[in-house]
Amino acid sequence: MLKLFLPLDSAAVAVGADAVAAEILSVTRSTDKDVTLTRTGSRGMHWLEPMLEIEDENGRRAFGPVLPNMVSSLLKGNFSDDHPAALGRVEEIVYFEGQQRETFARCGVADPLSLADYEKHGGLAGLNNAQGLSPESVCEEILTSGLRGRGGAAFPAGIKWNTVREAAANQKYIVCNADEGDSGTFADRMIMEGDPFLLIEGMIIAGLAVGATKGFIYLRSEYPVAKHILAQALQAARADGLLGADAAGAGKPFDIEVFVGAGAYICGEETSLLESLEGKRGQVRAKPPLPALEGLHGKPTLVHNVISLCSVPAILKNGGQWYQNLGVGRSTGTMPFQLAGNIKRGGLYEVPFGITLGELVHDIGGGTRSGRPVRAVQVGGPLGAYLPGNMLDIKMDYEAFQEIGAGVGHGGIVVFDDTVDMAAQAKYAFDFCAKESCGKCTPCRIGAVRGSETMTHVIEHKDTSKNLLLVKDLCDLMEDGSLCAMGGMTPVPVRSAMKYFPEDFLGENSESGGR
Amino acid sequence: MKKAAETLIKSFTCDTGGLLKALHALQYQHGYIDPALIPLVADTFNITKAEVKGVISFYEDFRGSPPGKHVIKVCQAEACQAVGAREITEKLRSKIGLPTDDLTCDTSATESVTVEPVFCLGLCSVAPAVSVNGELRGRVDAENFSSEIKALEEAG
Repeated sequence: MLKLFLPLDSAAVAVGADAVAAEILSVTRSTDKDVTLTRTGSRGMHWLEPMLEIEDENGRRAFGPVLPNMVSSLLKGNFSDDHPAALGRVEEIVYFEGQQRETFARCGVADPLSLADYEKHGGLAGLNNAQGLSPESVCEEILTSGLRGRGGAAFPAGIKWNTVREAAANQKYIVCNADEGDSGTFADRMIMEGDPFLLIEGMIIAGLAVGATKGFIYLRSEYPVAKHILAQALQAARADGLLGADAAGAGKPFDIEVFVGAGAYICGEETSLLESLEGKRGQVRAKPPLPALEGLHGKPTLVHNVISLCSVPAILKNGGQWYQNLGVGRSTGTMPFQLAGNIKRGGLYEVPFGITLGELVHDIGGGTRSGRPVRAVQVGGPLGAYLPGNMLDIKMDYEAFQEIGAGVGHGGIVVFDDTVDMAAQAKYAFDFCAKESCGKCTPCRIGAVRGSETMTHVIEHKDTSKNLLLVKDLCDLMEDGSLCAMGGMTPVPVRSAMKYFPEDFLGENSESGGR
Repeated sequence: MKKAAETLIKSFTCDTGGLLKALHALQYQHGYIDPALIPLVADTFNITKAEVKGVISFYEDFRGSPPGKHVIKVCQAEACQAVGAREITEKLRSKIGLPTDDLTCDTSATESVTVEPVFCLGLCSVAPAVSVNGELRGRVDAENFSSEIKALEEAG
């Protein structure tokens, strides 16, 4: 019997995985070949998608990118390594070999909809360990691990867990922030599509530890595949008794509901997300009170990004100390970095913190897809800094990025070649803020619009130096006066573009005041 | 129809975030949220019409009028910009004669095709990305894609 594996991951589907699957089924139906096809998550080597794997006694061999018209030749040739699309053993592909997959260990390997497969590949070991510990000790493990929120703010998770645990209330909540809106990021999507039980396990551990009985996954509406997979996984978890009145046999209730957003970037901000989850406009709340004390419906709420919660099972399985030993300094553990934009080998690359940006972009990613020089790299989404091609020796570590006024964010890395116009990118940062601002505070709501207008003057070479000064002043104001990171960090891409690419902001006759 | 809408809306009143769920359900059924239903939604949730309108207008997903037969979403975010999202948008605009100038921010429509900007489909590693009637596409070629949509538009 031939055992085949093909991703159902959106990135694979977007480049034709479903057509390949249909062809496999059609060809095998018409011949008498005994074939099983399992749809899995993606290994994260997206430039090779659709990547088809075959299992033999020694593990998995890969073929990619596979086109539907290759299917019959692959079957006829018994998936010989001589096939032009042959990639060899998955674990020996250079891109894969260099990774340390802890969070994504099962992604692309196990059947995402089979709880039995999840357990077979090491799932639920963290939850089992957690059940042998007191809630205090579970929180202590998280604190020891040094895990910091993976959504972008990098707040120490253990402190948040203890705050919620110690809060006295008749109802507490776990809210998973799956509103992954940053361009260049797709780790949340991949893990929800490829290993949904991991998120469920992480949320159950969190629920038992802080005393919450209900969890919500706030999922962005742009992720229909993830919605579909999560719904099925939750059903399976309920049927198995992992979720329900006696969750995981712990004697306490815990259940999870998926809540779908409606297309608002700002709802990735935790207080805006909570407002949205309450069915309101997603307007930011002033902090304090912290959501950990007064969150959803005013109750103590542990709000965590998908990858933060997905890091939890491994921590409980191997111990907080094990996790702390990975990474560098205060940036502990592994991080699934996401290589995107104009890059030759785009995909997901999970390694401990400390790898340099240049290694990721050049050695791993292979430089630009266009073959032109790398001019700019934006790290951390639309509110992240643009770094020039000669500054890529920086280490991927929260503190190193903070030192240069940038952020690691959610680990998204977007590469641009030398055709990029950085003044246009700076204007876009304001435009995006203007479009996505919740409107609650003036610096963000008005500042973004004025920033875009002023940048337009700069681009048209009108009073360039005067207008650049205005932009700088506006950036200071937005940073100091905005209620949340939307307005407060929009200056980050703008300033970095102006600082590292000044030539793009000066017209040929700019100092004379333009036309 | 009003009775059916009322039953549908009522089924969400006790849920956390029920209003958003009700609006999603209405849009799923009709393709848009008929402004005539706003008073009914407001009454059922016991909130003001202004609040309902405020929620509808806050979120990009909710439409106040029916979309074209084909809904095309083109990602306008950075990763897609880096590999030609602006070119796709421009080609699309000129080829099918969309009335709106700035498709990077605004929705535009001909009779049969509605083109909407979207900010990230999570396909940043296989950019540029679009969706055609909900079907995701990556590594999109501007020329082929705009021709395909033109053919869709002409077929009506």
